[in-house]
Amino acid sequence: MARMKFICDAERCIECNGCVTACKNEHEVPWGVNRRRVVTINDGVPGERSMSVACMHCSDAPCMAVCPVDCFYRTDEGVVLHDKDLCIGCGYCFYACPFGAPQFPQAGAFGLRGKMDKCTFCAGGPEKNASEDEFRKYGRNRLAEGKLPLCAEVCSTKALLGGDADVLADIYRQRVTTRGKGADIWGWSTAYGKPDAPARQPDAGGKS
Amino acid sequence: MRRLTGSVLVAAVAVSLAGCGEHERVVVYKQGQYQGKPDTKPWDNESFAGDRAQWEATIKARNQSQNEYRRING
Repeated sequence: MARMKFICDAERCIECNGCVTACKNEHEVPWGVNRRRVVTINDGVPGERSMSVACMHCSDAPCMAVCPVDCFYRTDEGVVLHDKDLCIGCGYCFYACPFGAPQFPQAGAFGLRGKMDKCTFCAGGPEKNASEDEFRKYGRNRLAEGKLPLCAEVCSTKALLGGDADVLADIYRQRVTTRGKGADIWGWSTAYGKPDAPARQPDAGGKS
Repeated sequence: MRRLTGSVLVAAVAVSLAGCGEHERVVVYKQGQYQGKPDTKPWDNESFAGDRAQWEATIKARNQSQNEYRRING
């Protein structure tokens, strides 16, 4: 049985926000709610790093532990989901989550906190697969279509990977061992290859 | 009289030492059970018709499509 996880390769993420856009579009996420976002550390400084963050579907999820109405559950594939019909919008899960994944839409004119919304690993929720109710409450169920989360599949640099944790670990391991470390990761030689012969020197005597 | 004094003394010692007792003050957390509706399996739909093996094979292939080294090298 697959154990679904996300992994984001900070060496590859270019902060394009394609994952964020794809997620919002795919699930028709309401205004003000971001199931996924890109966080940049040392923005503008050489060596800055970006990372796409959403619900990490923790194996021992703190949101699940603190929920007073026990509306969270974990599927056999390791995806942490919740029942919106049961959620009371208390916000405990938001305080407990180290990734800031739970989001709360503003409900009503007085800014009341609505029911919690978060990344579902494109696995819908506790409604009939591919039903209208499921889409309205939780978004599209791509997993039931035999597909992986769109944010990962759409990632242009394949910085964000989503799927079976064992497979992702293998992909990441191969990637890291192939690209090396330190100055080998980026730069001219990595992008265009090392020249076989030394570069031709310009003719003496200035411009030709 | 002596017996009465003795029993009062024993009672006084017992009462005064009662405050020194230690009780467990750590809250023991009990994991709650999911109270919501049951979810359907991802293979319980028209596409896979309950065929779990087919769903797992599809997901496995999909997983591998994220490995560009594999995609480039065939």
